[in-house]
Amino acid sequence: MPEHPSDPHPSDAYARPAIEATGLTKSYGDLQVLRGVDFTVPRGAVHALLGPNGAGKTTAVRILATLSTADAGTARVAGHDIRTARSQVRRAISLTGQFAAVDEMQTGTENLRMMTRLAGRGRPAARARAAELLDRFDLTGAADRLVKTYSGGMRRRLDLAASLVGDPEVIFLDEPTTGLDPHGRAALWDVVRELSAQGTTVFLTTQYLEEADQLADRIAVLDKGVLAAEGTSAELKRRVAGHRLDLVLADSASYLRLASRATHTDPDTRTLGLPTDGSAAHIRALLDELDPTRTTVSRFSVHTATLDDVFLALTRSPAAEPAHV
Amino acid sequence: MSDALIMTGRSLRLSRRNIDALITSMALPVMMLLIFVYFFGGAIDTGTRYVTYVVPGVLLLCAGFGSANTAMAVTEDLKSGIIDRFRSLDIGGIPILTGHVLASAARNSLATALVLCLAFAIGFRPSATLAGWLAATAVLLVYILALSWLSAAIGLFVKSSEAAGGFTFFVSFLPYPSSAFVPTDTMPGWLQGFAAHQPVTKVIETLRGLLLGQPVGTTPWVALAWCAGILAVSAGASGLLFRRRTA
Repeated sequence: MPEHPSDPHPSDAYARPAIEATGLTKSYGDLQVLRGVDFTVPRGAVHALLGPNGAGKTTAVRILATLSTADAGTARVAGHDIRTARSQVRRAISLTGQFAAVDEMQTGTENLRMMTRLAGRGRPAARARAAELLDRFDLTGAADRLVKTYSGGMRRRLDLAASLVGDPEVIFLDEPTTGLDPHGRAALWDVVRELSAQGTTVFLTTQYLEEADQLADRIAVLDKGVLAAEGTSAELKRRVAGHRLDLVLADSASYLRLASRATHTDPDTRTLGLPTDGSAAHIRALLDELDPTRTTVSRFSVHTATLDDVFLALTRSPAAEPAHV
Repeated sequence: MSDALIMTGRSLRLSRRNIDALITSMALPVMMLLIFVYFFGGAIDTGTRYVTYVVPGVLLLCAGFGSANTAMAVTEDLKSGIIDRFRSLDIGGIPILTGHVLASAARNSLATALVLCLAFAIGFRPSATLAGWLAATAVLLVYILALSWLSAAIGLFVKSSEAAGGFTFFVSFLPYPSSAFVPTDTMPGWLQGFAAHQPVTKVIETLRGLLLGQPVGTTPWVALAWCAGILAVSAGASGLLFRRRTA
């Protein structure tokens, strides 16, 4: 990729993807948190970074948002280099972390006015913007209450509102729905969809497959500091499905014959796991296809795919585990 | 600069709503004044009325207590994640810390005024000229700013507000081994050297001289040099520590 250290043509910036990162690495002491991660996120897209706790999601987001520096690798966010044009990046983005970054001892209005003024607007503009955001996030009724009296969901909404004061081009949301009840989660999803519809690029991290599925145009799966897979939700689902059909095979020969189809294998119990959508039709079709003689499958069970299954399915390469088969 | 003013407004609002800390920072200096004048004062011979002798010391003691709140406010900010929000709005450490320091100066000025009013009521009769008052106020303000920056640096250095409170406790004890409450020549010899030359003594002698209309010589300049040094080192260290804590 050619380097454009100084952005000679500002219009260039708009032709570029909202986020492009290559080979990001980061270690804390001996712990390698990121081991060479690439991202390309087109403008206006919603990109989900899916992974379990400790996968490096927060580190990746903090690096892209210029709050942390990568040990190696390059990235441009909103067209600006995260190392050499930190201020320009910060003016173009916002970050909402896992903990509400608002003052408990200020009211919702005061928090938003303060943030808007810090984003460079005057007092009258800040007043108008605060009122508009409170209204949009359904907080007008609580506008003049101290934030410490807010519920978790209200705090999260205020936090998100605060991240929008400067009309960012790119929004980073780090586990935006962790700790929210289903109602709060649905409300937050609506906001993300709305932002995306307005052309804002959203980069969010989540532990929940469903959330990534609901919101994201593309999903990157981060595991132990590397991207295990990337694709649209449909592409990933084809590999993961959402349910898993576990088959116990009657003999080793048929187990070995069918093992290449499975995303999950257990030679000790001769069990193979295959992705399925969980519908009776699909399971019947799978059974008919794999066991046309109705002799090789002795038992079956259907599970909802867990995040573990996703990782097993996505990180398992056929060459990696031949010894087990 | 405007960022620093917005942050100062924030810190002042937060101070105003932290009622417990505000009442403590007002009541403590008042209590110290009354304790020294009425409990200990009768037994201490300074050659003048004790209230006249002790007021500058109490003012410095209360500056120490008041500045300690800055360290706690800074550690609270670091814990809450709001610093990341400010940083992602491209606000640097210096405006954020300046906000805390200026709010601390405002709180301290209020406490100082309160102590002075009470001191007048119980017999403090300074004979300072207007110029003396202005000079004393300026020196005290510089001292408060220096201690507040030191406190901010401590707040960035420690990991918890408990530790911040402990650290600043030591700082607020500095007026004791000085001429704040007793003349230094009553102390053991090994302590006199420290007590006579440490910054708090210089600031107190400056305030005392200016308020009582006595000749002060070069002491105010020594006091200001100490304060400027503490301020410069603390502000510089704060800048570095802020970057280290938020990297």
